[in-house]
Formats: sequence, C-alpha cells, structure tokens
Amino acid sequence: MWSLLKIELYKIFKRPRTYIAFGAAAAIVFLFQAGLRFDGKSYLDLMLSNIDDAFDFDDSFKDRLLNGYFICFGILNILLIQMPLLVALVAGDAIAGEANMGTLRLALIRPVSRTQYLLVKFLASVIYTLILLIWLAVLALFGSMLLFGVNDMTVFRAGGIEVISSGDVLWRYFAAFGYAAVALTAVAALAFLLSVFAENSIGPIVAAMSIVVVFTILSEMNIPIYDKTIRPYLFTTHMVAWKGFFYVKSTEEGITINGSVGNLPAILKSLSVLVIYIASFLAAAIWVFRKKDILS
Amino acid sequence: MKRIILLTVPFTFFMLSLRAQTAEEIIALVKQKSDKVNDYEAKGKLKTNVVFIKAPVATVKVYFKKPDKLRIKNEKGISFIPKGSVNVNLGNIFAGNASYDIIDGGKEPGTGLRIIKLLPQEENAEVVLSTLYIDEKQLLIKKAKTTTKENGTFELEMTYGKYAEYGLADKVIFSFNTKDYKLPKGVTFDYDDGTKKEDKNKLKNKKGKIEITYSGYSINKGVPDSVFE
Repeated sequence: MWSLLKIELYKIFKRPRTYIAFGAAAAIVFLFQAGLRFDGKSYLDLMLSNIDDAFDFDDSFKDRLLNGYFICFGILNILLIQMPLLVALVAGDAIAGEANMGTLRLALIRPVSRTQYLLVKFLASVIYTLILLIWLAVLALFGSMLLFGVNDMTVFRAGGIEVISSGDVLWRYFAAFGYAAVALTAVAALAFLLSVFAENSIGPIVAAMSIVVVFTILSEMNIPIYDKTIRPYLFTTHMVAWKGFFYVKSTEEGITINGSVGNLPAILKSLSVLVIYIASFLAAAIWVFRKKDILS
Repeated sequence: MKRIILLTVPFTFFMLSLRAQTAEEIIALVKQKSDKVNDYEAKGKLKTNVVFIKAPVATVKVYFKKPDKLRIKNEKGISFIPKGSVNVNLGNIFAGNASYDIIDGGKEPGTGLRIIKLLPQEENAEVVLSTLYIDEKQLLIKKAKTTTKENGTFELEMTYGKYAEYGLADKVIFSFNTKDYKLPKGVTFDYDDGTKKEDKNKLKNKKGKIEITYSGYSINKGVPDSVFE
C-alpha cells in the first residue's frame, strides 16, 4: 500500500500542472500582502468608515490593526473560496487521467484490489490537498506574521467587531487550517467521484468546479426560501465554518473570553456534515469503480 | 451699644462660616486643586463596553499635559478609544483662559452633590454645556455631563482614592453616544454560525462606555509633547 502511495504521489508531483495551484496560491497571497502593505490604510478606512465619527483611529492604531493575523484572515477569506478549484485540478484527474492515457487497465492488472487502488489514489489527492494547505499556511500566516508583525486580531463582522488577544490567536489558525483540510477533502472526494465516471480529466475537473461554484452561490445567497430548504444540506454551506474559530464569546460587559469559540457545536455539526459527504462520495466512487467495465 | 456689638460680631462670623459656598467659590477651589497637576502619566486597565464591540481588557497608559492634551495609549494591543476621550481628564473643563457663566443647580437629591453648570461664553466653543456634580467637602467632581457641538454628550463618573488631593480619580467611567454599526456581508465575508442575534432596536443609539481603572499616577514629572502627536 505504501509503495503504491509513493508511486501515486510521485505521479502527482511529477506533473507540471500540479504546481499551478502552488503558483496561483503564492500569487494571490503575494498580491494581497503587497496591496495591504502599500495601501492597507485605505482598506481599513473602508472597514472603519461606519464608526469613524465615534472613535479615534490614528495611524498607530491602523498600523497595529494591520498585523499578520488580520492580513492572514483576509487572505483565507478570499483564497479558501478559490482553493476547491485548485484541489479539483488534481483529484478530478486521479482516475480519469489514467483512463485518458490508457493506463488504468494496465494499473489494475497488478495484484491490488480496485478498492485498494481507489483508496490509494484518494489518499494521494488528500495528501496533495494537505501539502497545498501547508504551503498556504506558510505563505499567508507565517509570511504575513513576518511581514506585518503580530498584535491583537480584529475581526469585522456584519453586526460588530471582535478583538482577540494576540496570545489567543495562533491556536485558532491551526484549528481553522485543520477544518479547511476537511472541507477541501470534501471537494477532493467530489472531484474524485466524478473522475471515476469519466474517460477524460477535463470533464470531472470542470464538473466539480461547476458544482462548487453553483453550490457556493446558493450558500451565499440570502434568499429566505433557500435558507431552510437547500442551504443546510449543501456541503459548501459548511465549508466556511472555519471562520467560526475566530468568533469569540464575551462577558455581559463585552469583554472577550480567551480560548472561547462563539458557537463550537455549530462548527462541530458542520464538520460532521463534511465528514458524511466525504464518506458518501468515497463510498459511491468505490461502488461505481468496482462495478465499472474498464475499457481503457 | 458696646454689648450689642460684642454679641453681633461673633454671631456674624458664625453665620458667615455656616453660609454655603457660592458656585463660583466651589469652582475656583476645584480649579485650584486641578491646577496642582501640570502633567501626569498614569497606568491603568481599560474595559470597553460598546454594544457592537467585543474586546479584551487592555493595559493602557494615559498621558496628560496642560492645558488640554490627553492621550490614551494601548502600549501593545488594539483598543477602540472614543472621540472626546480627552474629557476623561476633568481639568480640561477649566483648560486655558476660557470664560464661562456659572449656574448653581442646587443639590442632587439622594447624594447631596452640588450641581453646577458651566456655560462657555465663547460662541464657537466646542463644549456647549458642562454639568458638574461636586462633593463640596472634598472638592471633588464625582460626575460630569458634557454636551459638545460635534461629538454628542459625554458622561463621566469618578471614584477617588489616594490621588484625591490632586483631583485625580482612581476609576473613571466614560459614557458616550454610539451610532448603529453595520457592514455589508460582502465586505466582511461573514459566516452565520447560528448564534442568536441581538435585537436590532436594542443595538440602536445605545450608550458606549469605557472604564479606566488606574493603578498609579506619575504626577508633574514631565511628559514630552511627542506623546500627543
């Protein structure tokens, strides 16, 4: 199994297109960091415009607010919406790519069961996803910490502002990245399932991307009829729950409680929905693949 | 006649000593007390209590320099400091040579604090009206309400301790008007975690408060102007 996994990982990382995702992630992170480095205060002016007649926001306040933790949160908000597309590039190619090259039948001649083969392929896709996330963490979190320093983290929400003590932030990022890994694995599982049906990798990649885009739009639309009927069942609704780690509880007086999470049960519920999706997609992929007549 | 004079003079002095001080006299004495402080640097803990802000307790330094410079600095972290916080130092009410009309408002029922209103004579003054609640015996301002042209109404509540002789409080609660806070979801990328939302009407026009509990003052040791830039 291990040697099979090594082969699959070698195949993934040998392909130049694998690195498109790493390059795209690096470019977005760099552009975001550069933009805020040179014109971050204008961005903050927009965020603070609602209350700037009630509070004093001098340059030193803005410099502190514009710290590595704040920047990384902004990057993740933008990038974690795009990441599924990058993950689909590899996971959608996992089986369909072999079929396209005519190597699938050959690969299955080896004394490995179809289930085992599929699990190894899926595991390789998951490892790729994790490495991509680690790359993102290094650039977005540690890179921003290095460039902008650290301070208390301010989270702007539609109905209020939450300030988290600097010592209480890092573990939230680790939790959020852990959650994002599960969320992206769900996308990988979807692309992987679609890959089983196709003979060409373009199909499952585009199909997975389309499903993610349509579901994301449905998840983000604030149309009451969808709120209770469709939204709770879409995996894309639950993919953004990583943000919940940055929402904190407070005392009656509005003092933030260190180590608290606003609504942990909601995050755990979303996490379990994603796990169910992963298991269902993977089980369906195995079921289809075991019955499939492999001709290429 | 001699007898009458001998009886009248001590009685007159006795009556004069019993006479309540006029509002002008009280203000002069309070001002005299606050004039002892040319500058100070104070350490303290700041609690922010604004309906749309959740923030940790911050360690702050408060710098003051005559006539009316005041700066609250969070040395490390992030604190939302309200505009008009310069009024945290009550000496600012008497700052400069501004002249004002003094109106005696009598005593506050219950507390017995003397209510004195200050009306600036200058037409373009930022402060429209200051109402002070003064402990006449200690010559300390316990409460103050200041109405400004630009920044609404501020309220102050002071608790005094070992720096009372300088008229400096150990604890100040500064209340100010806040507006409704709202940012579009598209800007904040907000995620609905299912937490019950506060009633929107409750959030509107609520007073915000900051509470500073001072741990110590360093008085008249000099504060550089650069601190206030």
